[in-house]
Amino acid sequence: MKISAIITLKKDVLDPQGKVIHQTLDGMGFKDINEVRQGKYFEIEVKEEDPEKAKDLVENMCKKLLANLVIENYKIIGTQ
Amino acid sequence: MKSSVITFPGSNCDRDMDVALKKFGFKNSMVWHNDNELPKSDLVVLPGGFSYGDYLRCGSMAAKSKIMQSVINFAKSGGLVMGICNGFQILVETGLVPGVLLRNKYLEFICKNVFVKLDNKENTYFKNLDKKVLEFHIAHNEGNYFCTKDQLKEIEDNNQIAIYYCNNEGKVEDQFNPNGSLKNIAGIFNKEKNVLGMMPHPERMIDQSLSGEDGSIFFKNLINNIK
Repeated sequence: MKISAIITLKKDVLDPQGKVIHQTLDGMGFKDINEVRQGKYFEIEVKEEDPEKAKDLVENMCKKLLANLVIENYKIIGTQ
Repeated sequence: MKSSVITFPGSNCDRDMDVALKKFGFKNSMVWHNDNELPKSDLVVLPGGFSYGDYLRCGSMAAKSKIMQSVINFAKSGGLVMGICNGFQILVETGLVPGVLLRNKYLEFICKNVFVKLDNKENTYFKNLDKKVLEFHIAHNEGNYFCTKDQLKEIEDNNQIAIYYCNNEGKVEDQFNPNGSLKNIAGIFNKEKNVLGMMPHPERMIDQSLSGEDGSIFFKNLINNIK
């Protein structure tokens, strides 16, 4: 079963990369942007077939390694 | 005095640290990241470099490597653990010291000499140091120290800020902050002050003809404090 998770920076953490991407997009003519925040996306194929159990497993991975909870949030966004 | 330097895949300041520790009288062992047990040590050093290619987040993989469980136990029992640069990044990922190290504010890799202010001397690392300002070298892309407001309050209440970026006179101001670190923080202690994480490299300042000798001052003082 494949689980997808995204890691995003918490609201008050500075994201210099997001800022530069914003500026570049702005320079390219995309003028209607308020803010850009960059994050990470993971697809994890697990052996577990039960969707709830698989979700719990990946959530645990997020807590223990994939995200640093001081600055990042994680969200399981899909199972397939 | 016995020291151990841990080598992770991608460490590149481990041998410099070995040279520095031996120069000032430590009997040093190099320890591989995949080992289970630390040799008997008075000091454990996590060196600089790019452990695991800085994948995911700097230091995040190294923080989970086999030897780190012994290092964490050693630190929790009061042992001296010092993380320099990538070693500092590893320490924050283990949770032994609070906060995180983000990418430098202006997205540049910074490689230059800086001055740091040390006025926190009630600890084994800086006790008895006469000088208040030392010149060290920094070389990093992710040295921008950050922590939550609650953590900052706790750090300040417990006097855990170890060193600040400053000018040659010890002035701690924004213009002397190379990477955007919160409050110009260059190094942090754990609550008990036996664990020190810092971005600057004292081991690069141990030879008068190559660099400067402020690192020598630091190491000489450190070994005297441990004896």
